[in-house]
Amino acid sequence: MNRNLKIRTAIIVAVILVCLYGIIGIPKSKDELIANWHKNIHLGLDLSGGTQLVMQVQIQDAFKAVADNTIERLRLELQKDSIPTSGDLTRNDPMTLADADKIEIDIKGIPSDKSSTFRSIVNDQFADWVPTALNSTDYKLTLKPTESLKLKQDTMSQTMATIERKINALGLAESSVQPTGRSDAEAELLVQLPGVDDPAHVKQLLQTQAVLEWDEVKDGPFNSREEALTKHGGILPLNTKLVPTAVRGGQQEWYLVSRSAIVRGTDIRDANAAQGDLNRWETGFVLTQQAAKRFETYTSSNIGNRAAIVVDGVVISAPTIQSKISDTGRITGASSQEEAADLALNLRAGSLPAGVKYEEERTVGPSLGADSIREGFRAGIAGVVAVVVFMLIYYRRSGINATLALVLNAVILIAALSYFDATLTLPGIAGIILTIGMAVDSNVLIFERIREELRAGKAVVAAVDAGFSKALLTIIDTHVTTMVSCAFLFIFGTGPVKGFAVTLVIGLAANLFTAVFVSRTIFDFELSGRRQVTALSI
Amino acid sequence: MELFKHSDFDFLGKKWPFIILSLILTAAGFVSLAVKGGPRYGIDFRGGALITVTFANRPPVDKVRAVLSGALPVQVQEVSGKQDDIVGIDAMEDTALQAARQKIVDRLTASFGQPSNGKYNINAGGAQALADRLRDPLAAAGIPTADQQLATLTANIMDYRKQHSGLIRNLDDLRSAPGITPQILNVLKQQTYPDTVAVVGTDVVGPTIGAELQRKAVLAVLYALGGMLVYIAFRFEWIYGLAAVIAVFHDTLITIGLFSLFNKEITLTVVAALLTLVGYSMNDTIVTFDRIRENLKIMRREELEPLINKSVNQTLSRTVLTSGLTLLTALALFLFGGQVLNGFAFALVCGIIVGTYSSVFIASPILIFWNNFLEGRKRGPRGPASPRKEPSVPAMVAAKVKTPVSAPSTGKERPRRGAAKVK
Repeated sequence: MNRNLKIRTAIIVAVILVCLYGIIGIPKSKDELIANWHKNIHLGLDLSGGTQLVMQVQIQDAFKAVADNTIERLRLELQKDSIPTSGDLTRNDPMTLADADKIEIDIKGIPSDKSSTFRSIVNDQFADWVPTALNSTDYKLTLKPTESLKLKQDTMSQTMATIERKINALGLAESSVQPTGRSDAEAELLVQLPGVDDPAHVKQLLQTQAVLEWDEVKDGPFNSREEALTKHGGILPLNTKLVPTAVRGGQQEWYLVSRSAIVRGTDIRDANAAQGDLNRWETGFVLTQQAAKRFETYTSSNIGNRAAIVVDGVVISAPTIQSKISDTGRITGASSQEEAADLALNLRAGSLPAGVKYEEERTVGPSLGADSIREGFRAGIAGVVAVVVFMLIYYRRSGINATLALVLNAVILIAALSYFDATLTLPGIAGIILTIGMAVDSNVLIFERIREELRAGKAVVAAVDAGFSKALLTIIDTHVTTMVSCAFLFIFGTGPVKGFAVTLVIGLAANLFTAVFVSRTIFDFELSGRRQVTALSI
Repeated sequence: MELFKHSDFDFLGKKWPFIILSLILTAAGFVSLAVKGGPRYGIDFRGGALITVTFANRPPVDKVRAVLSGALPVQVQEVSGKQDDIVGIDAMEDTALQAARQKIVDRLTASFGQPSNGKYNINAGGAQALADRLRDPLAAAGIPTADQQLATLTANIMDYRKQHSGLIRNLDDLRSAPGITPQILNVLKQQTYPDTVAVVGTDVVGPTIGAELQRKAVLAVLYALGGMLVYIAFRFEWIYGLAAVIAVFHDTLITIGLFSLFNKEITLTVVAALLTLVGYSMNDTIVTFDRIRENLKIMRREELEPLINKSVNQTLSRTVLTSGLTLLTALALFLFGGQVLNGFAFALVCGIIVGTYSSVFIASPILIFWNNFLEGRKRGPRGPASPRKEPSVPAMVAAKVKTPVSAPSTGKERPRRGAAKVK
């Protein structure tokens, strides 16, 4: 055996070992082997069972919230400098994602002698906004493009982080949240929940915005919105808002509460469900130090008054303040342990800066996944066995060679998936099938070429040599063409198409190695042992 | 063993019947598409919901249809050989879709399920919910249940359910599951019941995202075809690239047409299969082209048509072997691969057959037509047919030949083509 051949053999053995390590590690027992296999080979949700959600973040919500906040602050500033306006400050109401950055605030009736003061207030303290004069007294504020972009990005990253916290709090292993990766869908998130086959509860939980407010109750409860309005002469008092309770038994009540909250969701440090009086479930929360001070001052001066705990615009409970409270509080009114626990979880995870809407939901029950794997696997094995049997009959000894190359190809492909942490999905399996087809093709091409050369009267060694070198060009052309198409599929394709492309590229690269390098080495190995080669089993 | 030792079939002489066959197939596909108003898209592309339900004793599909029809725009489809049915809901607005899905599940359970009598349905929900339900009763029955043990127990039950197509038929069956003692089984019987219908899979795709997916998939494929065209044009000559892409396009069209003819749905998995067949067909065409290119170097005096014919014959055993073997695998998938892979395998089977003959009867004739067109233009419309003096198609091959003599000569006489191709 010559030196060159030894080196090549060493390379092949090394590759095999590295691949096997990637797939099964170094197992000491059969159980460990299986465990390692499961650890290294990640099955996609379509195979393992689980739920995949695509949600669209309603970024316009965040824009509206920012505008509301600005209106609130601006109103105070204008009052401070006694600049009158005709009517309240208002904002428009963008309903869709695309309209989010068309948000604007309208200010009407600024006297012309105050306009320079107004402008300087906006420029100094509301630098994110651009004031435009509509006429001598009316203005509109629009968000600066840079700020608008930043707000979008912040909203997305906050939403992603919050949803991640919620999922982690649910204890769903191996779940993930990520942008969908579609270039023109910047507001979409892909949530993958392996093992979840009944996603209704999780969906509900993720969708809850969980904006908590502790408001002062100014008046109420009323039986209807109209009743409240009538009592206050048709207009709500300044800095108040009407908030409904949840509908219970067909009944709904309304409270008039302070517009600015005493404590918000962001002030909460921890929350937990617990059983309180009469074994009813409730959610206890702990405030941050700063908020606790504020809360203490407020509660001590408001003993006997009512407060409203508002979650996502609905009054959950309206307790009477019994005593001074500093850093802990309770939210009662939960109807079950689950409800109390869900609220606690949402409070811990923090509120979503914008609502989310589900666009796509795919649930594969574990049994359906298991069935499709089992059937696909069985059919795949049957197909491959048929191919191998045929190759062995048709090419005899060289068929062994091709089979070895084929097996090694599969091993490298699986190992690469394991090393890259890629997940194996159905389209990925399509990629593997094409890979196997092309691997068989490469071998057939080479063997047919060698046969041709033998027929043309070449000696065995020369025929093998010519067969390989002539087929090489074809193999490279076919492989590179397919790889080029994969590159485009990867760049422009969506999830499943991408998965196909990735698996195929890995498979093709592996195939170039096995069909050209490994197969050749096996031939050389066989030929090198004999002194005078006169026949080749092909 | 060898199949074709010295094959010498006149493939290109018989190109017309095949080209006409292709045209007929394409036309049939188009007619079917036109009549049915476009391809039958799966909910991946159309938007809607797809619910896979499994029954312990499958009722006749008409009965399922009867239960669900009326209130909802649904289609019910039988999954052959299995206890599953697929219920499809047409595209509708997001929230309506959620409600409709719930309605379907409720109706199915009401009509085909078992009364719960306050017990827990062991065929719904996951291990955690089951554990929550069993914790107290097990403790009450005096069976020690640490959280760890309980988790193992419920996981075993879920595993059993998974291995039995998502449905436990009889609680007594659980005897064979690991870790189930008679006492535990007793508690299970008190607390749970196996419903005879279960939802095993759901796909809900909003209408906007569906349209988006459709657009993206088509675009990705078109870009990929363009990329391949450029690469082949670079490696061979542009007409080769065009011919290969036309052939592949032809295969895809016919396959989509066949999908329409056989009333099969185009889903994302089918798109993956279409991509696979594009790969196969392209592979096949390139192998043939490669042989043509090689022969153009050796047989410089040969007419193009016999030369191509010879190339096809030389690669014939490879073509038949490779296509035959891959077809074998695809057939195995089609016949035994189960419901999920059925559309996928169907596309592969069609694609491999069509893709194989398109290399010979579509891609290669395009080279000849182009060559004839060029020669015709050179000689004038009615010029006498004479042996090819200056090869037009192989121009770049001449330029690629290592001997410096031939390259410049081609380049000089046909500077428009040859010179640019030197690499």
